Amino acid sequence: MGHNDHSAIHAVGHADDAMLVEALRAVLPADAVLIDEQARRPYESDGLSAYRQMPRVVVLPANEAQVQAVLQVCHRLQVPLVARGHGTGLSGGAMPDQRGVLMSLAKLNRILDIDPLARTARVQPGVRNLAISEAVASHGLYYAPDPSSQIACSIGGNVAENSGGVHCLKYGLTVHNLVRVRALTIDGLVFDAGAEGPDAAGFDLLALLTGSEGLLAVVTEVTVRLLPRPRTVQALLASFDDVEKAGQAVANIIAAGIIPAGLEMMDGPATRAAEAFVHANYPVDAEALLICESDGTAEEVEDESARMRAVLEAAGATEIRYARDEAERLKFWAGRKAAFPAVGRMAPDYYCIDGTIPRRTLGAVLNWMYGRAGELGVQVVNVFHAGDGNLHPLLLFDAAKPGDFERTEILANEILAKCVEVGGTITGEHGVGVEKIDAMCVQFNSDELSIFLGVKAAFDPAGLLNPGKAVPALHRCAELGRMHVHNGQLPHPELPRF
Amino acid sequence: MPAPLSNSLAGVRAELAAQVALAARQQQALRLIGGGTQAALARADAGQPLDLTVLNGVIAYEPSELVITAGAGTPLARIEAVLAEQQQMLPFEPALADGRATVGGAVAAQRGGPRRWMAGATRDFILGLRLIDGLGRELGFGGQVIKNVAGFDVSRLQAGAWGSLGVITEVSFKVLPCPQAETTLQFQIGQAEALLQVNIWAGQPLPLSAVSWDQGCLRVRLSGVPAALASACRLLGGQALDAVDAQQHWHSLRERTHPFFDGAGTLWRLSVKPTAPVLELPGAVLWEWGGGQRWLRTEAPATLVRAQAVQAGGHAMLVQGGEAGTPVFHPLAPAVRALHQRIKLAVDPGQILNPGTPDFL
Repeated sequence: MGHNDHSAIHAVGHADDAMLVEALRAVLPADAVLIDEQARRPYESDGLSAYRQMPRVVVLPANEAQVQAVLQVCHRLQVPLVARGHGTGLSGGAMPDQRGVLMSLAKLNRILDIDPLARTARVQPGVRNLAISEAVASHGLYYAPDPSSQIACSIGGNVAENSGGVHCLKYGLTVHNLVRVRALTIDGLVFDAGAEGPDAAGFDLLALLTGSEGLLAVVTEVTVRLLPRPRTVQALLASFDDVEKAGQAVANIIAAGIIPAGLEMMDGPATRAAEAFVHANYPVDAEALLICESDGTAEEVEDESARMRAVLEAAGATEIRYARDEAERLKFWAGRKAAFPAVGRMAPDYYCIDGTIPRRTLGAVLNWMYGRAGELGVQVVNVFHAGDGNLHPLLLFDAAKPGDFERTEILANEILAKCVEVGGTITGEHGVGVEKIDAMCVQFNSDELSIFLGVKAAFDPAGLLNPGKAVPALHRCAELGRMHVHNGQLPHPELPRF
Repeated sequence: MPAPLSNSLAGVRAELAAQVALAARQQQALRLIGGGTQAALARADAGQPLDLTVLNGVIAYEPSELVITAGAGTPLARIEAVLAEQQQMLPFEPALADGRATVGGAVAAQRGGPRRWMAGATRDFILGLRLIDGLGRELGFGGQVIKNVAGFDVSRLQAGAWGSLGVITEVSFKVLPCPQAETTLQFQIGQAEALLQVNIWAGQPLPLSAVSWDQGCLRVRLSGVPAALASACRLLGGQALDAVDAQQHWHSLRERTHPFFDGAGTLWRLSVKPTAPVLELPGAVLWEWGGGQRWLRTEAPATLVRAQAVQAGGHAMLVQGGEAGTPVFHPLAPAVRALHQRIKLAVDPGQILNPGTPDFL
């Protein structure tokens, strides 16, 4: 096995359209193969709509046998295949390949089995994240990972992206809350990753598949771990007159031995935008706002909230406000959850970044970011998972104004490089997709990337599954090495720009 | 002035990488050795030994980050001691083996103790690691932050890979605060009833942290805020175990020094669905992790034990004894095994790292 020859991660589709459509129609019902432009249009992008591509064909299999048949067709004809769930991803991971088939798993939307005693639910990949918690609520259980898109996003997509959410400091990411997935490789092999026991025979393929962005296999069943719903939940708001103080308060909470269920931060502009949008009764004069949540038994929550309050006061909070009741707690969160659309009202366009940094560098990185944004003339708003050190800077711009996006992109690239420089990562939870594929060259060297390409080839030697995403080909990074010298100002000709 | 630890470890890493690169060119198999506590499960005769205990030292520890980074040869006992000074811990409670068990070994063999039931496995606390691949190249995956989805999860893939997917040289673990208090309750109860009761409790918001059952005795450890423990004790009933006895009991499971593990004979570890019924096999059983990890002393044939494990939603590992030629690890279906072999080749094309281990390859 040659080690550096996996550059063929981009597959080439040989079959002509007619041959491809005929082969797909032979294995799927007529209404499950979409070829009209109008029918294909809704699938041209995921939640990151700046990156668009029309697929040759869209297929809508309704069961595992049909998924397998589609995979085998693509394998036989050597046609690229992109699988997608509900298209809420934020990195272009589900953007179609213009030479290939786009397979929506939305029709695989059944909850197959709920086992309250074992605290597991076995579901198809098209089931919505929140629908799982709703279906098991009567047993006093829930599924913990809660990405902000949880009303709409699919569990299959969560597996592909290893999605996080506001509660993952305490409850972990998707990878920590899966029991098993059933998956198919491009040649149609059905296999289990993970097991209903604490570990599985063989390598930890469950960890490998989780967050693999659809490059290794297509998931047809997901068994998730369920947790008992906490009896008591308490939230508080802490205001600060300075982001650095708020950042220090976050580090101090953790250092005090507290693992809050949620620890979110919004800066002044984000707080004011959210307040104007949903009237959560946020303190609009604060320069930084922390939302801190405790859950557990009544005793645990009482103990933790009191200790948290003491730490926040010592860190210089100007105001601390407890939610008086469940309605007010939900209001605290409503503002946070509406922060993105609220910021969206401030400018015609915004660009969301997903870097993660060590908590101790929060204040310094934020102040550096405000400084650079000022120099470049870009407005930046911060709302993020402070407890995890997972930043979500929103860079505001107007695509219609010449030069606006270019300045924004320079800042975006600098922020990602800064995250790596301080010991963090280019993506905490949104995934690499097509958006951050070049930043992968900053985080990993060519030897490391060659391992990713080797693992990819172990599952999919021809590079048919989701080509051009998540892991850059080595020559791409080599070319980019020159680009970075010029501060990322050279656009990549093959990528569409907005 | 002595050089900083990270520099000296980097030197050791580079030396090891050069050794692996040389072995790769010479097609010389290497046998990776940490504290040697798991030697019986690896094929002891294959390859030239590569001593990894030289990678000894804590490289970075920031309590407010909940992260510790250490060389793979660092004794876990040392990690525990450093963390304990800040009232923090490795949540998966790995065996320390009298100071011999190492960081790299805990990852490679995925060792977890009683707390693994609720807290999660070794793999759940790996944030990132450095390794040397089968060509002798030094590589880094993951990082030191809690959320990181860049690239495939090659770090967690190392957990339970027994050194077959790279020479682990450095690991960053997520750590957690130690619980404020612990209490152990004891119940005289049959196995089937205990399996049911424990899993009913696990579905309720209770501060459970460990459980074990053997010889008609169920022990349940609660960890957390004293007031929460008191109210949970009232709810659960049972008899409180003396603190010293409790500590000894959990320690004996963590270290496998419990009398159940004494002596010769065949010992199996079954990883099964926690709610799976009582195994229909002759012999003695001790279980932990809510019924998910079942230790079995039996002279029943391996094929029968493994069939039962599969029926119970899991797999079986032969930890000790057994008939000659019985695989240690649960065999994989041919197509899945082929996939595993291709993954192995991606990281170790010459198959020089721990050849023959794990034997499912």
